[in-house]
Amino acid sequence: MAHRYKDFRPRLVSPMQSYGLLAVVAAVAVLAPLVIYPLFLVKVLCFMLFAAALNLVVGFAGLLSLGHAAFFGGAAYAFAQAAKVWGWPFEVSILFGVVVGAALGFAFGLVAIRRQGIYFTMITLALAQMVYFLAVQAPFTGGEDGIQNVPRGSLLGLIDLRDTITLYYVVLVIVVVCLLQIRRMVHSPFGHILGAIRENETRVTSLGLNTSRYKLLAFTLSAALSGLAGALKASAFQLATLSDVSWHISGEVVLMVLIGGIGTLSGPLFGAIFVVMIGHFLATSGLPVSLVVGLVFMACVMLFRRGFYGETVEYLRTRLLSGPQATPKADK
Amino acid sequence: MVIESDCILEARGLRKVFGGFVAIAGVDLRVQTGHLHALIGPNGAGKSTLFNLLTKFIQPSAGEIRFKGQDVTSAMPATIARLGMVRSFQISSVFPHLTVYENIRIALQAHARDTWGFWRSEQALHRFDEDVHDLMTQVGLEPLVYTRAADLSYGRKRALELATTLALKPELILLDEPMAGMGQEDVERTSALIRSLARRHTVLMVEHNLKVVADISDKITVLRRGEKIAEGSYDEVAANDEVRSAYMGGAHG
Amino acid sequence: MTELFGVPLAVLAGQVMIGLINGSFYALLSLGLAIIFGLLNVINFAHGAYYMVGAFVSWGLLTYAGIGYWPSLVLTPLIVGAFGALFERTMLRRLYGFDHLFSLLLTFGLALALEGMFRWIYGAGGKSYAVPPSLTGVYNLGFMVLPIYRAWVIVASLTVCVGTWLVIEKTSLGARLRAATENPSLVTAFGINVPLILTLTYAAGVGLAGLAGAMAAPIYQVSPNMGSSLIIIVFAVVVIGGMGSIMGSILTGLMLGVLEGLTKVFFPTASALTVFIVMILVLLLRPAGLFGKDK
Ligand SMILES: Nc1ncnc2c1ncn2[C@@H]1O[C@H](COP(=O)(O)OP(=O)(O)OP(=O)(O)O)[C@@H](O)[C@H]1O
Ligand SMILES: [Mg+2]
Repeated sequence: MAHRYKDFRPRLVSPMQSYGLLAVVAAVAVLAPLVIYPLFLVKVLCFMLFAAALNLVVGFAGLLSLGHAAFFGGAAYAFAQAAKVWGWPFEVSILFGVVVGAALGFAFGLVAIRRQGIYFTMITLALAQMVYFLAVQAPFTGGEDGIQNVPRGSLLGLIDLRDTITLYYVVLVIVVVCLLQIRRMVHSPFGHILGAIRENETRVTSLGLNTSRYKLLAFTLSAALSGLAGALKASAFQLATLSDVSWHISGEVVLMVLIGGIGTLSGPLFGAIFVVMIGHFLATSGLPVSLVVGLVFMACVMLFRRGFYGETVEYLRTRLLSGPQATPKADK
Repeated sequence: MVIESDCILEARGLRKVFGGFVAIAGVDLRVQTGHLHALIGPNGAGKSTLFNLLTKFIQPSAGEIRFKGQDVTSAMPATIARLGMVRSFQISSVFPHLTVYENIRIALQAHARDTWGFWRSEQALHRFDEDVHDLMTQVGLEPLVYTRAADLSYGRKRALELATTLALKPELILLDEPMAGMGQEDVERTSALIRSLARRHTVLMVEHNLKVVADISDKITVLRRGEKIAEGSYDEVAANDEVRSAYMGGAHG
Repeated sequence: MTELFGVPLAVLAGQVMIGLINGSFYALLSLGLAIIFGLLNVINFAHGAYYMVGAFVSWGLLTYAGIGYWPSLVLTPLIVGAFGALFERTMLRRLYGFDHLFSLLLTFGLALALEGMFRWIYGAGGKSYAVPPSLTGVYNLGFMVLPIYRAWVIVASLTVCVGTWLVIEKTSLGARLRAATENPSLVTAFGINVPLILTLTYAAGVGLAGLAGAMAAPIYQVSPNMGSSLIIIVFAVVVIGGMGSIMGSILTGLMLGVLEGLTKVFFPTASALTVFIVMILVLLLRPAGLFGKDK
């Protein structure tokens, strides 16, 4: 007799509702550039991807990295160098950015995964600072000015990306595809092993798996996606600068994940929207960004550690689903 | 005299010093293929430490370990498991937020080495469902398939851990106090389970209580303060003066 | 003129001295981090920010209240320590039960907020703090001239470091602290007020950072970002030394400062990277750190 089990996951909304929600989100994404400044939207998209990529390691592998700016900013420099100085086409330059992000991630991982917990976090931070110092000194990064006036070019020689609305749709497609891939990855055979390592690393070792290798792959994948986000942002703003590699960016993206909800699939996306918006409004208000970001950080840690999305889900779960399906039968 | 090939696991002169404190003081151990071998001793005798040494979760200070004739003294813990020596832990070790089904599936994935496909869909994992079913049935967890491990009773957690251990099709199973803290009913179920396992696998099992292992084990090794003080069948061991005094001393100290 | 490896001795000695000064600050800060980590199990990301606040407090005392260097050397650690105690009481304390990544994130937020606030008020540029009259001037050692203030900073911070080490390793107070680290519940059973110890420890740790700030004010520019660039290097120092040993953190800090100074002589461009490169090497060769005890 063949047995088949369900992938048990409590649903908060019915399939009908979730299709409805999806349709609304899709409509908003398609129509948004008609109402909102498209370059701002591209920035939001890039940070959504960046936050989701970071969440892959923070939320699903349990590795808090404070060095992700190195992948984001490093890839931005790589893209700018390729597209401007070497004159490579858009898609090849983006790919180059991804490769540089992944390579940096692999190198960071090799070193940092040797230690655990807070040491891991401190090492990623220090390595990223090293990349920052290198960027300050290296001749090709242009010092304080960065690499400016990077040409956008065209996609596959067909679609002209100089028009920002076109660029927005291209970035939208790329980001959506990546987000879907991240979702698939979380539930993939690899994703399940990663989840098990986060839950109980010793047990995974005793089952015969070398956990460091899985963490390393997760870290590299996350860095590659962060690199993609950085390269896309550099292409949109036609600029790669030191601020993209600074520890403030690493902190901001951690905040996005934290605000949205660590280890939730959609939380970091909301977090990204929120933090990019704060930055946008503060830029004109004269209030310093890092003061506000710092205070939001503290409030978040003190008041809702599960994040906006995580807390909402928890609320809905306790409110809406107080039947047997919400809490699987306990055996006490 | 045991012939070399009959002996699945052999440790010679195993020693562990924790910053001056000698936890294991040069222990020799031979586990014969097919045996249910019990390791007993009072609290703090070094039983769990010996397990940690054998599975390389900690590094021995001196000594040699051979598994299936192969020197594994400097192997990694994950490699040991791959070779077929799989352990459980004294404090039950499961994935608390995963369901019983997912817990067992992780172990099957590890055994099938189906662990790297980050591009593959979750659907691919349903190929393990049949094996998950078999294992759950074996340990009596099938009715609780979707219960999170954290919500299981203590005895059931141990059963789940046993199922994940079995999923690796080990040749030698190391169980660290599989029945500690269980109620009477659980003890009976688990000891029956262990007995049935022992028909197909070699088992090395830590237990506090001489009585519990009396009728199920083929051989008993007694450890006290890091030293082996007796070895043999239940009757031999129970007749040993040192063992008696260790147990008397242990009970009052 | 005397030379060593083709470098004038005065230049070499000068860099070694700058290295010793930086090293003293690394030592003071990593010492504080190690104490806080040892007892509270918290990585105090805001440590660099407290150092920066210390420099500003000292500058503010002089500028607004006319309080000079010597009194502010006492007042600054007290003010910074009191602020730290308040922070520990009202916020940090509530996170002890959770994953300690949350306390790292909380102090990270505090660091960002403090830095942002000071930049908002005082701008990004630096303020200078005059060397106190009693410490101006130089010693002429023959092969080099040694500014008295710099010599004082090295001597004073090493004294503070060694004093702290003595208190923790050799006194009964220290013994109780160490016991509290190893077994908090046992110590509570002995009737020691553990929450109070925790608050005082945090205050003492950040007080040391404040003191370092006050001593640094006459040497470096007093600026809002002086803390964050320093703390990341100190983290690398801590990774290299491991936080298991107080003396280990002090020695590692000094050693790396000097090494950095020497690199400046021979490979000027690599000097900023020295500590990070050493960190990578140590992690590859001896993952637990030079003085590390964990596994
Ligand atoms: N990591 C360690 N560091 C220092 N000492 C240790 C360590 N692990 C175990 N010990 C000590 O070694 C001795 C043996 O411990 P072990 O856990 O192996 O005993 P046991 O026989 O399993 O006892 P129990 O029956 O209580 O489980 C104990 O005195 C213990 O305190
Ligand atoms: Mg034990």
